[in-house]
Amino acid sequence: MGFFQKIIDGLRKTKQQIGFKLNELFKRGIFDEDFYDDLECILLSSDIGEDTTVDIIDELRERMRKDRVSDAKKANEYLRQVMADILGDEAFEFSTPCVIMVAGVNGVGKTTTIGKLANIFVKQGKSVVIAAADTFRAAAGEQLEVWANRAKVRIIKHEEGSDPAAVVFDAVSSAKSRGTDIVLVDTAGRLHNKKNLMEELKKIDRVVDREWPQADRKNLIVLDATTGQNAIQQVDVFNEAIDIDGIVLTKLDGTAKGGVVLQIKHDMDIPVYFVGVGEGIDDLLQFDAQSYIEGII
Amino acid sequence: MALFSNLTDKINHVFSKLANRGALTELEIKDAMREVRRALLEADVNISVAKDFVNKVTQKAVGEEILKSLTPGQQVIKIVNEELIELMGSTQSKLGVSPKLPTIIMMCGLQGAGKTTMCGKLAMYLQKQGKKVLLCADDIYRPAAIKQLEIVAQKAKAGFFQMGQIDPTKIAKEGVKYAEKNGYDTVIIDTAGRLHIDQQLMDELKSIKKAVNVFETLLVVDSMVGQDAVNVAKTFDEQLDISGVIMTKLDGDTRGGATLSIKAITGKPIKFCGIGEKMEDLEPFHPDRMASRILGMGDVLTLIEKAQTAISEEDALKMARKMKEASFDLNDYLEQFENVAKMGDINQLVSMFPGAGKLKLGEQKIDEKQMQRNKAIILSMTKEERSNPRILNYSRRKRIAKGCGLDVSDVNKLIKQYETARDLMKRMMKTKKLPF
Repeated sequence: MGFFQKIIDGLRKTKQQIGFKLNELFKRGIFDEDFYDDLECILLSSDIGEDTTVDIIDELRERMRKDRVSDAKKANEYLRQVMADILGDEAFEFSTPCVIMVAGVNGVGKTTTIGKLANIFVKQGKSVVIAAADTFRAAAGEQLEVWANRAKVRIIKHEEGSDPAAVVFDAVSSAKSRGTDIVLVDTAGRLHNKKNLMEELKKIDRVVDREWPQADRKNLIVLDATTGQNAIQQVDVFNEAIDIDGIVLTKLDGTAKGGVVLQIKHDMDIPVYFVGVGEGIDDLLQFDAQSYIEGII
Repeated sequence: MALFSNLTDKINHVFSKLANRGALTELEIKDAMREVRRALLEADVNISVAKDFVNKVTQKAVGEEILKSLTPGQQVIKIVNEELIELMGSTQSKLGVSPKLPTIIMMCGLQGAGKTTMCGKLAMYLQKQGKKVLLCADDIYRPAAIKQLEIVAQKAKAGFFQMGQIDPTKIAKEGVKYAEKNGYDTVIIDTAGRLHIDQQLMDELKSIKKAVNVFETLLVVDSMVGQDAVNVAKTFDEQLDISGVIMTKLDGDTRGGATLSIKAITGKPIKFCGIGEKMEDLEPFHPDRMASRILGMGDVLTLIEKAQTAISEEDALKMARKMKEASFDLNDYLEQFENVAKMGDINQLVSMFPGAGKLKLGEQKIDEKQMQRNKAIILSMTKEERSNPRILNYSRRKRIAKGCGLDVSDVNKLIKQYETARDLMKRMMKTKKLPF
């Protein structure tokens, strides 16, 4: 039990550390090894991952040395800048008509995200149809229908267990004939190491390309902010299957930071476009690197 | 993926710079421990937990004699592995039975952890043990959650109770009454996913727990969760005094370091693992397998241990020599079958190889019956045939088939398999080392 108690105490410390956050750390005004150790701890506990954490710290050291920074406030700005440089700032842009496919592993919040995305686009004055291509999970279609009603958009739905590619085919045909701006495709959650399910996703992707070559195409992956380093593999494998354009980072309203997105941008150059911050229909925001960094450190 | 190369390799590399000697010193293991910490962080073990763990293992490892049979690197891995297993506790996949029936189990956790699916799996598992299970729909928030649980209940052939979207405490109370009236001895309450910092929703769980005398409060956690696992588990435990943890989605390729963090922070047992989307995909928690998974080593260690006890060193040497000389005949092939049989269930064995999850092997299960048949075929051969398989012409094969009561095609298949195995071994001996 002694060991457990130690960890609990240790964690309390970490929590306090994150509580007073970097500001306190910078206020010390001494940028020695202890400073960098503590900084490393804070970055690691945001799921930024060891490689990127080391890179951030090295870069910060280098820039601070070059500019001879010894002022706490300035050092703080420098760190934020290093992180902002990694994340970049790209808005989600597309031309209509557009087919937006939303993929990801189980339970990350794809269906909810689709509902919120539909709401955003409707508010921008676009017409939207949702394709309920998660024909696998029990009651997924019903769940999506509720969201479609909330966002006041059309939904194309088949029976549970039917071919998801057929649903997408129907949705695309319907959008073509009605001149709909955006088709939002909800796909079943799948673990990225399930080969046949990834093949199924590729098939859906191909069907869209074949049936509507004129349409703009965007593929988004939804990541749960509570996910740790496995998110890297998720993006890597999904990207290989269907060329991911960007990330929707969900569940940021908890205590998790989803810092792994820094690593993903750093290694694979895939940006975050949206963040989910709650269960309400308006709780999906355009990603903003500055405020995100404020939030995690 | 080169991202997570094997910890054993890394540590061996650290030690390759040092000469082999009697006991481990602190200076020597410092570098190795850096790799261990790195492996733990890559596996999403919480940073504080990882730090404490490394300190503890360092203390333990300093001064430890290096066993003759092991390299210093292996010795360190052995200590790390043993400590990990000890920390993760024992196999405690039992669910308690309340002295006053029905036994009430409440599932809780974050959104998307897999609670609803897990309800069905647990129901299935308990019913196999002769329990009569009622699933109670207490997630009144997520659209279609009730419908999902209803379908899950049908699949698991369990009872189902719902009252629509009214006060969850009331639903739980009525659900228990319904269970008592209808002879259910177990009630599983599916609650809505919630954030641990949402006090209002946490109070709702407390209220349910108080109202119906919950016997098991199980926290369901997605095994892909990162550093935040400690905050989640700690808060749920503080507020609800959980009785155990279920890790889900372990059929993915996550290393599952959260398991260690959660166990360390709450001290509560990990009870089950979810390993797929089917209702049967539920497994008891094995601390040893989890340890190697976190370290990224498959179950190499267990495999080595098993192999060591089952096959004497002498046998192993003989086999190695035969492989080298490529004089591997059907007698040896038969011996291999017997060795494998000694080691236990072959499917379990195959799953222990690192990366076996990715191989097709895991899916197309190796048939133990088929192995028995193969043995029968070889046993129907003469001594001469066994040591010189080349002489096996058609009439001999026909006789063998008759002898073991199978078809000639089965005999052909076995010989083909043997030849493949022999060639594989030849190739393996040419490329440097065995995988472990």
